[in-house]
Amino acid sequence: MEEAVTLVTLTLAATLRVATPLVLCAMGGLFSEKSGIIDVGLEGKMLMAAFFAAATASLTGSAWAGVAAAIVAAEVLALLHGFACITHRGNQVVSGVAINILAAGLTVVLGTAWFSRGGQTPPLTGDERLRPLFFPDAGDNVLVFGALLSVPFTWWLIERTRFGLRLRAVGEMPLAVDAAGISVGWLRYRAVLLCGLFAGLAGAYLSIAQNAGFSRDMTAGQGFIALAAIIFGRWRPFSAFGACLIFGLLDAIAIRLQGVKLPGVGEVPVQLIQALPYLLTLFLLAGFIGRAVAPRAAGVPYEKEH
Amino acid sequence: MSAPRRPLPGWAEIVMLPLVNIAMAFLVVGIIVAIIGVDSVQALKLLVAGALGSSESIGYTLYYATNFIFTGLAVAVAFHAGLFNIGGEGQAYIGGLGCGLAVLALDRWLPAPLMIPLAILASAAFGAAWAAIPAWMQAWRGSHVVITTIMFNFVASALMVYLMVNVLIAPGSMTPQSRGFAASAALPSMQAALQWFGIAVAQSALNLSLVLALLCCAGVWVFLWHTPWGYALRTMGQNPEAAVYAGTSIKRMTMLAMCLSGALAGGVAVNELLGVHHRLVLDFPAGYGFTGIAVALMGRGHPLGIVLAALLFGALQQGGAELSFEIPKITREMVVVIQGLVILFSGALVHLPRPWLQALFARKA
Amino acid sequence: MQELTPDAAIELRGIDKSFGSVHAVRGVSLRIAKGLITGLVGENGAGKSTLMNVLYGLYRADAGEILVDGEPVDMASPGDAIGHGIGMVHQHFMLVDDFTVLENLILGAEGGLLLAGGLAAARAELARLAREYGLAVDADARVADLSVGEQQRVEILKVLMRGARILILDEPSAVLTPQETDRLLDILKSLRDRGVTVVLITHKLREVMAATDRVIVMRRGEVVADKPTAETDAEELAELMVGRKVRLDLDKAPPRRGEVMLAARHLSLTDARRVRLLDDVSLEVRAGEIVGVAGVAGNGQTELLQVLAGIRPPGGGSIEVCGRKIDADHPVDPAEMRVLGLAHVPEDRLRQGMVPAFLASETSILGYQDRAPFCRHYLLDGPAVSRHCAQLMERFDVRPRSPGLRSSRFSGGNQQKLILAREMAREPKVLLVGQPTRGVDIGAIEFIRRELVKSRDAGCAVLVVSVELDEILALADRILVMFDGRIVGEVAARDADERKLGLMMAGAKPALGGVEGAA
Repeated sequence: MEEAVTLVTLTLAATLRVATPLVLCAMGGLFSEKSGIIDVGLEGKMLMAAFFAAATASLTGSAWAGVAAAIVAAEVLALLHGFACITHRGNQVVSGVAINILAAGLTVVLGTAWFSRGGQTPPLTGDERLRPLFFPDAGDNVLVFGALLSVPFTWWLIERTRFGLRLRAVGEMPLAVDAAGISVGWLRYRAVLLCGLFAGLAGAYLSIAQNAGFSRDMTAGQGFIALAAIIFGRWRPFSAFGACLIFGLLDAIAIRLQGVKLPGVGEVPVQLIQALPYLLTLFLLAGFIGRAVAPRAAGVPYEKEH
Repeated sequence: MSAPRRPLPGWAEIVMLPLVNIAMAFLVVGIIVAIIGVDSVQALKLLVAGALGSSESIGYTLYYATNFIFTGLAVAVAFHAGLFNIGGEGQAYIGGLGCGLAVLALDRWLPAPLMIPLAILASAAFGAAWAAIPAWMQAWRGSHVVITTIMFNFVASALMVYLMVNVLIAPGSMTPQSRGFAASAALPSMQAALQWFGIAVAQSALNLSLVLALLCCAGVWVFLWHTPWGYALRTMGQNPEAAVYAGTSIKRMTMLAMCLSGALAGGVAVNELLGVHHRLVLDFPAGYGFTGIAVALMGRGHPLGIVLAALLFGALQQGGAELSFEIPKITREMVVVIQGLVILFSGALVHLPRPWLQALFARKA
Repeated sequence: MQELTPDAAIELRGIDKSFGSVHAVRGVSLRIAKGLITGLVGENGAGKSTLMNVLYGLYRADAGEILVDGEPVDMASPGDAIGHGIGMVHQHFMLVDDFTVLENLILGAEGGLLLAGGLAAARAELARLAREYGLAVDADARVADLSVGEQQRVEILKVLMRGARILILDEPSAVLTPQETDRLLDILKSLRDRGVTVVLITHKLREVMAATDRVIVMRRGEVVADKPTAETDAEELAELMVGRKVRLDLDKAPPRRGEVMLAARHLSLTDARRVRLLDDVSLEVRAGEIVGVAGVAGNGQTELLQVLAGIRPPGGGSIEVCGRKIDADHPVDPAEMRVLGLAHVPEDRLRQGMVPAFLASETSILGYQDRAPFCRHYLLDGPAVSRHCAQLMERFDVRPRSPGLRSSRFSGGNQQKLILAREMAREPKVLLVGQPTRGVDIGAIEFIRRELVKSRDAGCAVLVVSVELDEILALADRILVMFDGRIVGEVAARDADERKLGLMMAGAKPALGGVEGAA
């Protein structure tokens, strides 16, 4: 019995550890998507943030400086995305893809130029990392709590504030927002900036909390899993959070299941478990497990005659 | 959908605007290069020399360009139908699976003139099949093809890793790759082919799949602009209601467009597996699928433009690789950075220079 | 004569606005009197909507001044207009379907960072406005679930809640039944009686004569008249709108009727929300006659055309086209319809009838691209297509005569002529035409109508659907009226008059005897 409890606790802790960047990214992405700006660049923002967090922490010796740098880096990319999509009404998917590719390359280029470790940053120690707050072995640092808090915060912001009302409106019918005398562009910029903030925190968590430094491509598709979580959660904060937990759980048990023969099924390949978040989302998108309706104006640049 | 932007005179649209886009991308690259403390002019010279400076480097440039032509065509065909296929990576990967399966099963039994076309068909068929699923989901279930194709890239990756590690791995091998293909499944290198005509070129990865790529260009051109199905496909991309009015089935045309797109993406497998590696390996799509988006956009969806854009990206890839050899401070990833910036400026920020160009032409007028 | 010179709530001086080559508003100067209902009248493309959008800040004028209550103002955005007490209700509602009525009402004027307070205040204000002006609407209903008339009321409430004292309505009755329109006009009068200035943009003279105090007529971007309504009548206004007396009478010969080529029997169609789009529709069209379907837009005419053209399969009932029976179990798509001998000029030419980015030559084969002589051995024959296009352009006087020109560069009238030419070129047995002269200039209108009559005389069975009653009166040999998805009446052309038909269009008279096809 004791063993079972320990197992469950450890698994829960592992789930939270893995889910934290997903949750932060998903909340950020939610703001962007709700406002009508598709963001496939979550991955790139998180990666860039992770790099700058680790680099700054290493150079200054302060984890918090790293967090700040991470946010700045993610916001720069977010503004770039916003500039391309909002001001220039460019193709949102292309912009996101470009940002991902740019981040993947730039982090290694800068990393090699500055630290000469083949893209890695020097390992971080002591104050350069974010410490766990209550349970030394559980990795519950401030960002994990931040992630948990971000969910009700996001819900509250979207459902109970003026900004949230306008945000939802601009993602469904920007024309109505414009006719009401509200700037569509400024609303969307703020959404994109919020996205950058959360993606920055997610990236910082990866390199200076969950791990002890940046290594190339360390996001490993988590930005896309966050996107899948948003869709799987039907663009709602709490549902997306649930999706992140499910996906996090899958990842946490994936390693444990290697070599284990499940009754009736046999050995489950680790690749299948890795693919499960995507497969589940695809099933949802195909309408086999309910329907997911995106914000109506998502992906369509807003134009008006002047 | 089109903005009320006054189009520039014809040639400016097609030639000047893309050039300005690229120039801006390179400007940013120059800044990054300067930040790392390298002389950007020298870097540029090495880049160009690395891409075009020798017979061997031209060969490699063309070899990279071959892949970009395939993925560029793939994205373009889907684009003309109004579909954004970013699943080129996964489709190329699964196309490789088809190619590999065909070869591993039959290369000992069939001579080259049968084996190679069969392998090409298998690549195309498997690539098409991988694109058919998101196509079906879009057509019959309304799932947005952009999101589904992204997901399918990841599923393809996971699937291929599983197969390579557990099923297709060559016995006794440490790395996940299949056994080597027999000689009957080898696409002749360009050097060997040209030698036949008495022309001597240096050895490189360039092989006859380039010919296949160019044939595909011609085929796509004929299909899109000179057949009734291509006409119907383009109608659907511009104006789905008009397509329905004209009697086109949106569902069937979606399937057709995506399957063609996936089949074209499978060409990357032909190049990489039959022409270069001669075995099934992991990760051979290596980003070609995503860059294909930039190629298609820069080439304005036209096969001729795509060839030119593919050449540019091929040169960047090859030149970047050489650059990273010559200047250790600049790593191979610089190529990735350049690609990302070109995609950004030619894809998302494509209209940025428009006001300046319009002012330029207004003054001239 | 006593001249009323009320204060000007709005004054426009020299407003000019162009969109590319279209000069929509040409140096317009006018004054909107305070506390009156002013009708702004004109046909399609006269510039009235554009002018009001400039006033509302949605567009930027290229030149000119706007004065509100005598003060010059800069209208850079709707926010400015709202700030000056101007509110606009558009033809296409600017409501968020997913939101409730209350949420839509507070959008833009939430009254604080948190919603709770604003929602409560809006609820109270809504109740007050409902009492005062009789505008009742369920505050918590989802807008998507409301009727069109109710949605329009939400739009008006929105505007009033922002403190608008000047209310502009752009073609409000376009989507309403005549009863709902009357209700609306009563609301407008009640607003005026409480000091609100109302501008009613419309092309329906009945409304102008019934509800307005003053009327301004625009034609081709200019103001051609500005007078009290009492000093004019519908005929004079129509003449001012058009600029010359429109020849309604086409001098048709009587029809020479032949076989039944197109028949609908108890056709029905419901949508996802179980709304009856078509309800037991039966009709017949014989060779050599023109049957006109009249009705206010949105009463099932669009769906009727879609089913008859094969774009949508029928839900229940059947159609017979040139002898071939079609029903829900044996659907036929538009391509097969063409093979049967049916041609279709769609209602919305830009969205259905053509691809604006295609060349004119490509437009000339839309729907026929897989036929000889355009297609041989699976390849399109470019020169043959161009020749065909040139022939069509010659026959129908499409200008400019350039098959290589992009279709979007042609005027609306020329586009419509090209589409009509395309459909008529194959000498179809059945011709379906939706809104034949919508957005078409006067010269082309007469040409198109004459061609339809010529087609009829050559033996074609023609079905014309139009929301313009005078068009139906001019063209049809027999007139059917649709209301609420049903055929509510049939009248022979010589027995028809606007008033009788208007009543039927409002659903006021039950189906007169003799609806064709009834068992």
